[in-house]
Amino acid sequence: MSTFEFLLQGLGTAMQPMILLYALIGVTLGTAVGVLPGIGPALTVALLLPVTYGLDPAGSLIMFAGIYYGGMYGGSTTSILLNTPGESASIVTALEGNRMAKAGRGGPALATAAIGSFVAGLLATLALAFLAPHIVKLALVFGPREYFALMMLAFVTVSAAFGESTLKGLTSLFIGLGLATIGIDSLTGQARMSFGVPQLLDGIEVTTLAVAMFALGECLFVAAQTHGLDDKVEAIKGSVRMTAADWKRSWPAWLRGSAIGFPIGAMPAGGADIASFLSYGTEKRMSHHPEEFGHGAIEGVAGPEAANNAAAAGTLVPLLTLGLPTTATAAIMLAGFQQFGLQPGPLLFATAPQLVWGLIASLLIANVMLLVLNLPLIRFWVLLLRIPRPWLYAGILMFATLGTIGVNPSAVELSMLVIFGFLGYGLRLYGYPIAPVVVGLILGPMAEQQLRRALSISQGDWTTLVSTPLSATLLGIAALALIVPMILRLRGKGQVLTQIAGDSD
Amino acid sequence: MTGTPGTGRSPDGAAFIIAGLLAVFGAVLLWDASLIPDKGGYAGIGPAAMPKVVGWGLIALAAATVAGAFKGRLASVPRQNPVPLLLIGAGLIAQIALLHVAGFALATGILFAATAAAFGKRNLILTLPLGYALAFGIYGIFDGLLQLNLPGGWLETLIYGG
Repeated sequence: MSTFEFLLQGLGTAMQPMILLYALIGVTLGTAVGVLPGIGPALTVALLLPVTYGLDPAGSLIMFAGIYYGGMYGGSTTSILLNTPGESASIVTALEGNRMAKAGRGGPALATAAIGSFVAGLLATLALAFLAPHIVKLALVFGPREYFALMMLAFVTVSAAFGESTLKGLTSLFIGLGLATIGIDSLTGQARMSFGVPQLLDGIEVTTLAVAMFALGECLFVAAQTHGLDDKVEAIKGSVRMTAADWKRSWPAWLRGSAIGFPIGAMPAGGADIASFLSYGTEKRMSHHPEEFGHGAIEGVAGPEAANNAAAAGTLVPLLTLGLPTTATAAIMLAGFQQFGLQPGPLLFATAPQLVWGLIASLLIANVMLLVLNLPLIRFWVLLLRIPRPWLYAGILMFATLGTIGVNPSAVELSMLVIFGFLGYGLRLYGYPIAPVVVGLILGPMAEQQLRRALSISQGDWTTLVSTPLSATLLGIAALALIVPMILRLRGKGQVLTQIAGDSD
Repeated sequence: MTGTPGTGRSPDGAAFIIAGLLAVFGAVLLWDASLIPDKGGYAGIGPAAMPKVVGWGLIALAAATVAGAFKGRLASVPRQNPVPLLLIGAGLIAQIALLHVAGFALATGILFAATAAAFGKRNLILTLPLGYALAFGIYGIFDGLLQLNLPGGWLETLIYGG
């Protein structure tokens, strides 16, 4: 069957009323958490994982993907109206978007963000649908050494290639890898790092770590800032309609943003935040109105917002076809698949095609829902920004502990939640990234297994790791992605990193 | 609330503490790995290999952090207010302690009030009842409708039945 037929079949699944309801809940929640500063899609999916144990797997996964997409839409609202990005991928949107809002053009800024997200989401989801079967075919010949090389590449791009410091990224990654060794070794049954505590034999739950790091860490961090944050919400003045000139300037930016975002998400080359930074840089260079940048250029909103949605769809490519998560949200979604006994990867396309294609088709529908939620109903979402912080964060903490208590109400598990929460606060305080810890925890054991399998097959011969062109190339790229940024930073050229990555696309 | 000098708030002092913690974590990994009977089998490496690599990696990162501290690379951090941290921490510990004694709702309501206090709402007459009301609602929805198994106390049994 061709991709097109699979997609039509998937649409059949996706149009079932219950599935539509799950998708609607997902995109609504996603938009809400995107709008609210401080909580993002990774945290929301982590909080919902335990709650969905008893629900339908396909519906739950569609809901999670809807949250991811919705978070990318909603983040722009806060950036534009509040100058506080709702999630990290919307940081650059704040640069131009908030200027536009202050100049009374908040409506068109929100409109170009929403329509750009829609265009990019649509294009990138279609690209996902048509690319996935090819990667699945390719992945079927992958052996342990190729998977190991891919994971090395993911480790490097998630932790070290971008961001302010290789050292800090690697430190976060190694903390995650260290935590990952706790528990029973899956190949031999050997207990590691358990110190005789039976609860530690199961290892550290991804959800516990993610909820602690993202929810608790963020709450503690916000609470500990003494200075009262006086955010000023810019009112939406006038209509949200864009003028003909706005359209003319926006659509090339949307297309460029999609073209930048999708490969970055798909390649394991980092998450949506990197894509949005690159898109902003591109728009600034290509613009016919460079003088407007910094004062509210509409391209500077349209491009990055398209790019972050396209990247979110792109990260689903390695997740679904290879079982390889490259962002924190994707890592937690992988935990979601595993919770239902499903292992994403090439086999899933063969064993559960209705689920995979239903998920992809649902994303197309979710995109339409999101456009409706974010254009006509935008004024409603702005009300969310008026929730006073004490109630908001107290509520977040209640839900954070609820998830852990629901899965495993033991004092050990809850104490881990608290300890990791304070660890997350410390990491945030000193500028260490959080995502590599989560990715290290989930990918660490997978990489270890693949390495040991590869070495078992070759009877301990390490050259096997570079014996196929594919694995050698992947490891080579990983090494370059680690070393080149280090050299650049040593020579004080850290700022050009984005530039270089931009040219290589 | 004002920070006393030398409590680790200066960037360099913090870097040494961070490096120390990383080194300790690395050393624990190495120590634990040394106790594992490592039969490599066909692969030549066994279950102790990964902890050893990560352990040495953490120690190397600790050394790099110290080296970076001498060059003053660690960015300075904004002044932190310890009171909210203590309040939230106390709320969490109270929840853990009370969870199995008093049940989910009573324990979680206290956490709600403590967090609200950390964010400036110190009026317990308002926040405690609100927290309890929310926690009971959540218990009803998640334990009753979504089949999450939350530990109930006497109050939950009284209201929602056994």
